[in-house]
Amino acid sequence: MATSTAERSTAGPGTRPHARRSVGRWFANRLVLFIGILVLVYTFVPIGYIIALSFNQPTGRSATAEFDAFTWHNWASICEPDGLCDSLKLSLGVSITATILATLLGTLMAFALVRHSFRGRGASNLVIFLPMATPEVVMGASLLAMFVSLGFDSILGFITLVIAHTLFCLSFVVVTVKARLTGMDSRLEQAAMDLYANEWQTFRLVTLPLAMPGIVAAALLAFSLSFDDFIVSNFTAGQSVTFPLYIYGSKLKDFPPQLFAVGTIMFLVSFVFVIGGELWRMRRRARA
Amino acid sequence: MTSTAGVPPVAPEPVVDGETSRRRGWGWLLLVPGMLWLAVFFLFPTVQLVFTSLYDPSGSYETGYAMTWHFGNYADAVRDNFTLFVRSFMYAGIATVICLSLGYPLAYAIAFKAGRWKNFMLVLVIAPFFTSFLLRTLSWRTILSDQGPVTSFLQTIAVLPDDGRLLATPVAVIAGLVYNFMPFMTLPLYASLDKVDYRLIEAAGDLYSSPLTGFRRVTFPLSLPGVVSGTLLTFIPACGDYINAELLGTPKQYMVGNRIQAAFLTEHNYPLAASLSIILMAVVVLMVVFYVRRAGTEELV
Amino acid sequence: MAETSGDLRFEGITKKFGDFVAVDDLDLTVPQGSFFALLGPSGCGKTTSLRMAAGLEEPTAGRVLIGETDITGLRPYKRPVNTVFQSYALFPHLTIFDNVAFGLRRRGVQDFKKKTQDMLELVQLDGYAARKPTQLSGGQQQRVALARALVNEPGVLLLDEPLGALDLKLRRQMQIELKRIQTDVGITFVHVTHDQEEAMTMADTIAVMNHGVIEQMGTPAELYENPRTTFVANFLGQSNLIMATVTGRSGDSLVVDCEGQTIEVEASRSHVESGRAWLGVRPEKLTAVPTGREDHAGANVLTGGKVSDVSFVGVSTQYLVAMPWGEELMVFQQNTGQHTPLGHGDTVDLVWSPGHAFLLDAKQDAHAGMMTPEDDE
Repeated sequence: MATSTAERSTAGPGTRPHARRSVGRWFANRLVLFIGILVLVYTFVPIGYIIALSFNQPTGRSATAEFDAFTWHNWASICEPDGLCDSLKLSLGVSITATILATLLGTLMAFALVRHSFRGRGASNLVIFLPMATPEVVMGASLLAMFVSLGFDSILGFITLVIAHTLFCLSFVVVTVKARLTGMDSRLEQAAMDLYANEWQTFRLVTLPLAMPGIVAAALLAFSLSFDDFIVSNFTAGQSVTFPLYIYGSKLKDFPPQLFAVGTIMFLVSFVFVIGGELWRMRRRARA
Repeated sequence: MTSTAGVPPVAPEPVVDGETSRRRGWGWLLLVPGMLWLAVFFLFPTVQLVFTSLYDPSGSYETGYAMTWHFGNYADAVRDNFTLFVRSFMYAGIATVICLSLGYPLAYAIAFKAGRWKNFMLVLVIAPFFTSFLLRTLSWRTILSDQGPVTSFLQTIAVLPDDGRLLATPVAVIAGLVYNFMPFMTLPLYASLDKVDYRLIEAAGDLYSSPLTGFRRVTFPLSLPGVVSGTLLTFIPACGDYINAELLGTPKQYMVGNRIQAAFLTEHNYPLAASLSIILMAVVVLMVVFYVRRAGTEELV
Repeated sequence: MAETSGDLRFEGITKKFGDFVAVDDLDLTVPQGSFFALLGPSGCGKTTSLRMAAGLEEPTAGRVLIGETDITGLRPYKRPVNTVFQSYALFPHLTIFDNVAFGLRRRGVQDFKKKTQDMLELVQLDGYAARKPTQLSGGQQQRVALARALVNEPGVLLLDEPLGALDLKLRRQMQIELKRIQTDVGITFVHVTHDQEEAMTMADTIAVMNHGVIEQMGTPAELYENPRTTFVANFLGQSNLIMATVTGRSGDSLVVDCEGQTIEVEASRSHVESGRAWLGVRPEKLTAVPTGREDHAGANVLTGGKVSDVSFVGVSTQYLVAMPWGEELMVFQQNTGQHTPLGHGDTVDLVWSPGHAFLLDAKQDAHAGMMTPEDDE
């Protein structure tokens, strides 16, 4: 293909006739990186605020003001504000349950779509795509209307939240796992079968381990979508309060500064999680 | 990932693959549980929502609504909320364009310029978004507030008049949308740029006189699948969002989402809320279908 | 487990994909212990045939047998057959050791560790057991794929374009290596390839496939020296094909009129009895002699040629000779010093021994089986 020209151009920048152009190119190369880093910095601005404010001793009642005085108090008393820790517990429970359900159902669907042929694949794809094209406010509204019309008013809470969260995570799981499966070479499974592995062994020893990165990514995505969801939860939570609903409820009256500590913890946990995973992968690569 | 050995297969037999990698049989049964979930909790409520949108608007939460196939609800919804719709799609559209112009250099830098820092930068893209979306938006409210650093700075350099403000303006709302949906743009862009053979980009630099032409003719077309899914994943949620408008704007910046939420949860005007929802959903789906057709990416999911 | 040895047989095998007939009523016997090549261009049905032997594809009609055991309906893991896949299909998440031990473990072989080690030694990869496939070079991956299949001591080993992904030098090396291993282990090898040189180097018997049927089967020398169809004549090496007419018989030979000149072809090499025919001669069998220089008693001669192109390629010189009827014939002459070098425009006679030509059905396409530029590699 373009190999020969590419080789020529990689040899190019160092040579003299291109010197002036290569100065421009050096700058252009760094420019993209520089813009990229600037964008990254921008995404971290509110994080910096949250971390800083988690050590703030607010003077007035509302905490979203400026930095007044340093304190460890917010960290030591996370569960002090009424209902904060209960909302965290509820959010964790809902997210974990919804993640498990969505990952399970979505992975099965992805397998069906990638590995099997049947009539109605196109229609199935559309039905899976539609929830992603539906604004959350519409999804939340329609679910609430249904729950109310079915007389579920009394049980609005954990169960309805899990139903709703599983629903909006499901399509994302299908898409993520599907991408992984589509990229997988079906010859690997054929090779396993050829080497005396029956259908179940082939799935357990070859298909599943190879699909795993996709499934894990899908589960992480589902968890973060679910844990952070406000809009759909606002419709389907009834009287119960998830963590995002708690923040929303606090925004106008007392805003407990402990919320910033929780935000910082969320950031740190995910950061350690992802960085740790990355380091582990690097070490494994180095060892091999 | 396609070829395991890293060496492309030579002279593949065209007939064999595809036909056999998919087995016919009972595999579709795997689809059933998930499909049931979608049917019961998505399709059914959506259909129900269509019915709700046709109820007699003169009913109320207390007295109940009668089904009168009142298609006039739609006309009323559009007439009374036309500016809201226009504003929603405009804000979402502007936010998507800004997201693309910020996310593209970032994704490009990670894919081609980051070298050994590639994975680290990817982590940095995702990390901020594990912190609660509401907390982040509330922080922006502080940062952009009248006494906040950004406003003071802009006033000092006279970009903003002394009594000018950022919070409670369209700028703040759009900035919030941009910020919150950024990773939905960056990650698909990165995924498709990462698949591009960098030698092709170098070859483009060699073949076209200006880097801009090379970008327009080679890099951008190759990353198109990422651009399409990124813009969709940004635009769709931005259209229906109402948190940014509520926390960073005033009722003057409200979007359709705010109206739907209020009609449903505070006014209990179900026919209105339902017709607004159906219109929003229909417009979004139509735009998506049109856009995907134009962009020429067949398989969307 | 089915019977593990015996000839591999295809009986009336047909495979259709929708309307497309990939393999058409194939009857084929691969003798036990032979190195057998299925040779043909892309899409000729050779890989499909192989996959039906492996159980990865189900025939539309017909039976596959090993010895007397019908294995047609058996799942792949119940067959005494192993495959070396095109581009290897090594499990990327497993080490080299685990890749090779995979089949032994599934069958519950007790001393799988030792067998795996021995096999890795056989393919000279004993130091690589703990690595992952991506950390190996193409040639090494190829040997792992071979080891992974061979360690199971299958009745039949199937190789699907096993050397296709290697560069030319490595491919040559592996051809010799594969041949050696096959002789050592004595297992039946069925080798699918589109590379005629590879097939001829390694196989005892070659079956040339085209459009789902076998055109001709035999030893490499038989196929090359006495092709039965224009496809085989062109696909294996190169051939000059000249339109001719059979006019009679003289002893063991057919007398043929070729553009007004009389030629003899051995009857055993004639696949036409009478009427129009393609007269075929391999370029290296022809000698170009300056006109009127020598007496050609007992040889076939075509006169009136004119050298139109000369290319020196080291071991030989290749000439194009324009004949009076407008056709250009190829002549390869060994550079042994015995031939007079010819120049552009020289008038020449083309001379060959009657035992070197062949006669083919004139209804066949003279260009069948020729390499098109994109097939070439």
